[in-house]
Amino acid sequence: MSTRLATGGRLLNKDRAYNFTFNGKRLTGYPGDTLASALLANDQMLIGRSFKYHRPRGVVASGAEEPNGIVGMGEGAAFEPNQRVTTTELFEGLTCASQNHWPSLEFDVGAINTKLSRFLPAGFYYKTFISPRPFWKHVYEPIIRKSAGLGKAPKERDQDKYEHFYAFADVVVIGGGVAGLQAARAAGKAGAKVLLMEQTAHWGGRAPVDGGTINEGKEKVNQTPVDKFVDEIVAELEAMPNVTLRTRMMGAGVYDHGYVLGYERVNDHQPGAAGPRHRLWRVRAGHIVTATGAIERPLSFAGNDIPGVLLASAVRDYAVNYGVSIGDRTVVVTNNDDAYLTAITLKKLGLDVPVILDARVLPEDSALMAEAKALGIRVMMGHAVASVKGGKRVTGVEICSQAGEGAVLETVDCDAVAMSGGWSPVVHLWSHCGGKLTWNSDFAMFQPDVDNPPKGVDGEGFVTAAGSANGELDLNGVLADADAAGKAAAKATGHTPGKAKTPTAETAEQAPMAPVWLMPQGAGIKKRMKAWLDYQNDVKVSDVQLAAREGFESVEHAKRYTTLGMATDQGKLSNINGLAILSDALNQPIPQTGTTTFRPPYTPISLAAIAGEARDERFQPIRKTPIHGWHEENGAFFEPVGQWRRPYCYQKPGETVHGAVKREINQTRDKLGLLDASTLGKIIVKGPDAGKFLDMLYTNMMSTLKPGKCRYGLMCNENGFLSDDGVVARIDDETFLCHTTTGGAETIHGHMEEWLQTEWWDWKVYTANVTEQFAQIAVVGPQARKTLEKLTDADISGEALPFMSWADITLGDGIPARAYRISFSGELSYEIAVPASRGRELWDLLLAVGAEDGITPYGTEGLHVMRAEKGFIMIGDETDGTVIPQDLNMQWAISKKKEDFLGKRAQERSHMADPNRWKLVGLETVDGSVLPDGAYCVAEGSNANGQRNVQGRVTSTYYSPTLDKGIAMGLVLHGPDRMGEVIDIPKVDGSIVKAKIVDPIFYDKDGEKQNV
Amino acid sequence: MSKPVSALDGATYQGFAKVEELGLRGMITIRGDLKSAGMKKAASTAIGLDVPGQREVNMTGENALAWMSPDELLALVPYEEVGDKIAAIDKALKGKHYLAVNVSDARAIFRVTGGGAREVIAKLSPVDMSSDAFPAGQIRRTRMAQVPAAFWVDEEGGIIIICFRSVAEYVFNLLKGAAENGSQVGYLS
Amino acid sequence: MLILTCPCCGVTGEETEFHAGGEAHIKRFGPGTSDEDFHGYMFAKENAKGVHFERWRHNNGCGKWFHAARCTTTLEVFGTYSAQTYEPPKDIKDKISAKRPGWSWREFA
Repeated sequence: MSTRLATGGRLLNKDRAYNFTFNGKRLTGYPGDTLASALLANDQMLIGRSFKYHRPRGVVASGAEEPNGIVGMGEGAAFEPNQRVTTTELFEGLTCASQNHWPSLEFDVGAINTKLSRFLPAGFYYKTFISPRPFWKHVYEPIIRKSAGLGKAPKERDQDKYEHFYAFADVVVIGGGVAGLQAARAAGKAGAKVLLMEQTAHWGGRAPVDGGTINEGKEKVNQTPVDKFVDEIVAELEAMPNVTLRTRMMGAGVYDHGYVLGYERVNDHQPGAAGPRHRLWRVRAGHIVTATGAIERPLSFAGNDIPGVLLASAVRDYAVNYGVSIGDRTVVVTNNDDAYLTAITLKKLGLDVPVILDARVLPEDSALMAEAKALGIRVMMGHAVASVKGGKRVTGVEICSQAGEGAVLETVDCDAVAMSGGWSPVVHLWSHCGGKLTWNSDFAMFQPDVDNPPKGVDGEGFVTAAGSANGELDLNGVLADADAAGKAAAKATGHTPGKAKTPTAETAEQAPMAPVWLMPQGAGIKKRMKAWLDYQNDVKVSDVQLAAREGFESVEHAKRYTTLGMATDQGKLSNINGLAILSDALNQPIPQTGTTTFRPPYTPISLAAIAGEARDERFQPIRKTPIHGWHEENGAFFEPVGQWRRPYCYQKPGETVHGAVKREINQTRDKLGLLDASTLGKIIVKGPDAGKFLDMLYTNMMSTLKPGKCRYGLMCNENGFLSDDGVVARIDDETFLCHTTTGGAETIHGHMEEWLQTEWWDWKVYTANVTEQFAQIAVVGPQARKTLEKLTDADISGEALPFMSWADITLGDGIPARAYRISFSGELSYEIAVPASRGRELWDLLLAVGAEDGITPYGTEGLHVMRAEKGFIMIGDETDGTVIPQDLNMQWAISKKKEDFLGKRAQERSHMADPNRWKLVGLETVDGSVLPDGAYCVAEGSNANGQRNVQGRVTSTYYSPTLDKGIAMGLVLHGPDRMGEVIDIPKVDGSIVKAKIVDPIFYDKDGEKQNV
Repeated sequence: MSKPVSALDGATYQGFAKVEELGLRGMITIRGDLKSAGMKKAASTAIGLDVPGQREVNMTGENALAWMSPDELLALVPYEEVGDKIAAIDKALKGKHYLAVNVSDARAIFRVTGGGAREVIAKLSPVDMSSDAFPAGQIRRTRMAQVPAAFWVDEEGGIIIICFRSVAEYVFNLLKGAAENGSQVGYLS
Repeated sequence: MLILTCPCCGVTGEETEFHAGGEAHIKRFGPGTSDEDFHGYMFAKENAKGVHFERWRHNNGCGKWFHAARCTTTLEVFGTYSAQTYEPPKDIKDKISAKRPGWSWREFA
């Protein structure tokens, strides 16, 4: 059984205990524990079930590579599924639960799949559920969906806070092991601004567990133990003002031009503390050092997934760091010297190591082998695990010869197995942005190809791998390599490294490892079906071999077919072993097979961290006019228009939306309406060439407009299609004010600047977007003039200020205003622009003086209905990016005198002049009903795809309170020539509405009401 | 109510840094040939500050003159003085090609103060906010989360932020969230 | 995510401050031009593998347009320069020649 040892645990603080629960069971651990070590200390070997076969699974690793130990953390608003127990720090009150089983972890019905596993090989789902076709949708998919998915989605809203942080550094060092520390020191000493990030809560990485001594001194030999060396170097770095050290921060990804994502888990270990839970660092680095270490590989033998089979390094970690023994009797199985350290460590802690099974056959013993033997450990060279015995935990190991097919020579009782298949450098961050790899056959591993690093903005490499991540597996080599990497990084960012001596370490000579991809070498199918490669996704040696036999020869195809490496751990343990099996099956060397692509993030990061501040009221900018507060206080039903929120209508208590719209329109047409039109775009265009410029921008002639006057204009893009419209007012000889649509202000301003800067840069024109300088209020209706006259001494009569003109006036208590006689409703209308900071003041004033005439604020729906009654087009309704002014019968707005304007050449294309283009008409239902939005007008017959032929579509449709019936506009084939004709418009339910083609101007065709 | 009101009417928030909306400030966008002697003289005479160099801002009290682009300055003056200042510029540049336009009401202006002020901004804008990379007297136009913004560090180490008026509340919420107690990063001094 | 240096205001900023505007050095064809010329102007754009010249706008910044010479395969930026010009300046072309001998792009080499 796994248990807490009386001594040891270098990371623990045993002064107090933490209480926590697993599946409701109350357990205790210590500060410094990971959830994994705390569970193991309580003999909780079984932690979850595998994805496909629901096999019992326990922890196999001790770090970010862990595939099995994933749990649902927390409860309610703090619940999060799929959290790795090995990277979760224990805290007081932690609650977690195992996943992927029903009804319980101990007894899981789904485990029947493991009995059926020989019938559920790779590609089973693809092959089995292909036919009969209709079954997929109605039978297979619903059942598969029920059993698919890992963990449960949180049900409640996340209670925590998250944020981003933009940081800049000369050198970013990822990984705080001895390599990262030394690289940071070397770069820091050279004067570079250094950011060093470490994913765990502790510095030093694996080195303090493995032990050894380091010689720092220049003159005298100074043998510093590794853990002390780590403390000293951390203290030294902390004292350097140009170096920042961060723990609990993972280098999640490396991207183009030195962009690094750092994922800082600020409060995961102290829930409830002030501040964000996670912080996503968006770092721009001059140079990046990846000191990300290496990960031990499992060995592929039958039963290598039974709880109690762990990586040898993990067994060592749990013992040294957390004082936890996985078992009382641990069999070590290896193909390299490193695992001997585990055996020696366990033995020295007084635990039993009955045997070391070493698959190699070596001429003589290495130092570590000799040490193990001297401690009385039995070493069996050339031997292997035939299979592991046990169900929910290991009970023993059957031993065989590595060379054979697995005939059992001996059975050894044990409760833990420590395995080591060699080490793989963590090359993920090196590879994220295109760093190439090279195969090191001595250590059977891929390592960074230093001649092909990822290239940055200047075409030079911007990532240097250091230490184990660069293929240096012994301490002395790690220190030298890291020192060189730190200096190179400093140099690459314009700093000059000093001549400080590199620390050295004396390390014992290790015997060469031997690549062992299958144990035993000639394992038969029964063993291969029990030899796991990918624990989380249940991919076995036999599955990869099957994929190869079925023709999935590309590693990327084999991966997707078998799902190898596609689980939440992204194949950190399984990748190389899987490649080796695939290469063997294809009878080609491993480098020829290549690797799958390493993609960020290194381990999963929270979606909330990616969203950062962008949630709730910060989810997106909401633009508000100066009068927004009044709208909110007065029952406005808002609709989004771009990022603005505009009142759709103002509902009175007990009133429906429809009722409110009807009331607002009737009141405006009969008496007096008030509209907040502040969102309309307003752009100043000034200069000697302003008129010439606007003539190019608008289809109309604008240069002939007289100061004091207004003109409605259309804008097209260079492709000829309508893009915006609005009223232009000429302020003086050189100055125009262009109104744009609400959504168009920024776009049109950008469009103007683009042409001025990139095409007509010699024209003397300046523009300024003054949209938000003004609150603009439309005073609309027969009583508009009378009401305004109460607020001003200026002459605003029809003679002094006729339709389509403007004047500067003063309103109320000295509010400077510009009054435009323009109308989008067909009524007598003044659009009043005042400084935004006095907008609310004017609005309130107008409400007060207009009260006796029944002044009624109206919203965008009223605006839309009234413009439709007048047959005015709306950009985005009548236009959709494929409509030209000619389609809307607006030839009157296209100057024939101008040689050129944007879109003119495009409109000369034959298709634009095609008489069969659909044209704008009014549509009136025969029964008075309202046509559905966006409906099509159908014609006889059907097209080649068997679809009904169409001859037009509805672009705007409303109930008109003024006319008390449905009105609509639409684009119809030969529409203007078909006045009075009745056409068919189907609804979604298939029924047909009959509509008559009519003039699109439904109300006051001669414009008498607005022109008074 | 008969006085002009800024977007948030002087809202404040105290976290590990203090965020305050500064109320109304006169602002004038001046466009023209910044290299010409006439333009330099007109702007500096009207505002009482030298025309700043590229990405610089000159300031004194409520007045500031900021370099916005190769052909654009932003002048800050007391709100009530805008009309006179524009008139002075118009007079000085009569007949020249330029643009001077009042944008006082189109903007909101904030100040963030306290030791962590630089970190508040660094949570929201992709800008190196370290004091060596971004000293007082430099202006940076960039984005703040999802909206455009401009900011500079003033003589007392406070950070002045200017954004569009319609998004004043969004920007205030951003700054508030970034300045919340307990969320100091400890990266920038 | 790329970084670019705006030649108009001197800021080196990340891609989110900028807006890509397609191929650079395009000649406009207006009314009276042939269908072929107009088609080429509107729709036939370079899709270079390697050296490419692009328009960018510093939209979350000084608001100015500029040109960038860039490698579409390695993302190396050879340089940025004024938008008010009809061809890449000599120093940029020389720099590209040093790094990509024998390069050509449209009529430039």
